[in-house]
Amino acid sequence: MKIPIEFTLNGQKVRTEVEPNELLLNLLREKFGYTGPKYVCGIGECGACTVLLDGEPVLSCLTLAVDVDGHEVTTVEGLAKSRELTLVQKALIEEAGVQCGYCTPGFVIMIDKLLKENPNPTEEEIRDYIRGNLCRCTGYVNIVKAAMKAAEELRKGTTKVAEISKE
Amino acid sequence: MTQVNIRPSRHNLYNTHIIPVRFEYFAPSSLEEALELLNKYGSEAKVLAGGTDLLVKMKMRVVEPKYVINIKKLKELSYIRDEGGEVRIGALTKWRELERSDVIMKYFPALYDAVKAMGGTQIRNMATIGGNLCNASPAADSAPPLMVLEARLILASREGEREVPITQFFKGPGKTVMRPDELLKEIIIPKPEPGTGSAFIKVARTAMDLAKISAATAVKVEDGRIKFARIAIGSAAPTPVRAWKTEEALKGKPFTPEVIRENVKLVETEISPIDDVRSTAFYRREVSKVIVEDALILSHERVVKGWMK
Repeated sequence: MKIPIEFTLNGQKVRTEVEPNELLLNLLREKFGYTGPKYVCGIGECGACTVLLDGEPVLSCLTLAVDVDGHEVTTVEGLAKSRELTLVQKALIEEAGVQCGYCTPGFVIMIDKLLKENPNPTEEEIRDYIRGNLCRCTGYVNIVKAAMKAAEELRKGTTKVAEISKE
Repeated sequence: MTQVNIRPSRHNLYNTHIIPVRFEYFAPSSLEEALELLNKYGSEAKVLAGGTDLLVKMKMRVVEPKYVINIKKLKELSYIRDEGGEVRIGALTKWRELERSDVIMKYFPALYDAVKAMGGTQIRNMATIGGNLCNASPAADSAPPLMVLEARLILASREGEREVPITQFFKGPGKTVMRPDELLKEIIIPKPEPGTGSAFIKVARTAMDLAKISAATAVKVEDGRIKFARIAIGSAAPTPVRAWKTEEALKGKPFTPEVIRENVKLVETEISPIDDVRSTAFYRREVSKVIVEDALILSHERVVKGWMK
């Protein structure tokens, strides 16, 4: 039994039909082609499938697609303005916080959201906020450094909080 | 060449990218409608709240419900209300909302500790306090704090509502006193009497993991003597448990490190831990005493030194 749903995906109204047992992650990847969110552990331990649901980070592999009906979903693809990278994306590149890249979309969303909530985080606060995201390559050091660097830019005023990303 | 025998783990065998279960889906828009559905399908239905437990189990085919009743639309069950002598929390309140609530932080430090210790940011944005309780895991982080805070649960069904003290709610791993037609509606926590301190300590491999063992305490000291000390342990018995004997032994005694260390030895007689993937029965028994001692001292310290930052 297909259920019609309508929601805002990366700023655009979309309409589709889903099965009740369909997962948001699969809908985003397969029907809409947004392959930023990744399937890794599937049990809520790794954070690679993180998307924003009404602005709050949630795990799309543990969200039913029917549940986003009437809500707003943002994937990592929806963060950047046009073709420019976001503050956090640039910082991750500069600090070499990316190796295989599989966990990166999750980290980008989380650090982005953290900086909007708390533009002046301590290292401890950063590590606590991203504790639901696993990275098997870089060992977090460079990822945390990137978050600190992005926060530093906010402190210096080179980037304003409103300019962190589009969402 | 050496033959390597690679056996896929159970996790890889069963954890598919999809939910390999078909079910009939309901998304009631009011509590009455939800209770009506539970009344009709109760024993064959599963209630979906945050989904962080149920959907994992459905992916792994641990549960294959015929009906899924998604209660996420019941916004009327999501609230934290300060009503003078007690605080009422809607069962669908997300952990993230508990984390952001000044009321929870101010009156219930043990619960606040548990909120901070549970999952990561994303999980706390999804998981609900009611789901954590109804899932009835011996490791449920919300259970020990709510037990020492003497919370009561409101269970609703089509026939009406009933109130159950949380100490009588759990029956075994995954089992509660709830009937198939009942829904957990509300958690009521009385504000502790002034001078009561509380704390929750969880021992886990990583910040994201379930507890190897956990303990919550609430204690009030008057004129240097223990007026009451409440102790609850998680992950050390088929359900979260109160350590009644230890509590009784501590009552009236002077609050000194020596007295506490001596009396918390009783804790290991009140639990029945097992060996499992997360820890061993031996370790749990040994550590139970240590974290109860630490939690009692921390609880009292919060009264003496102040708690709110």
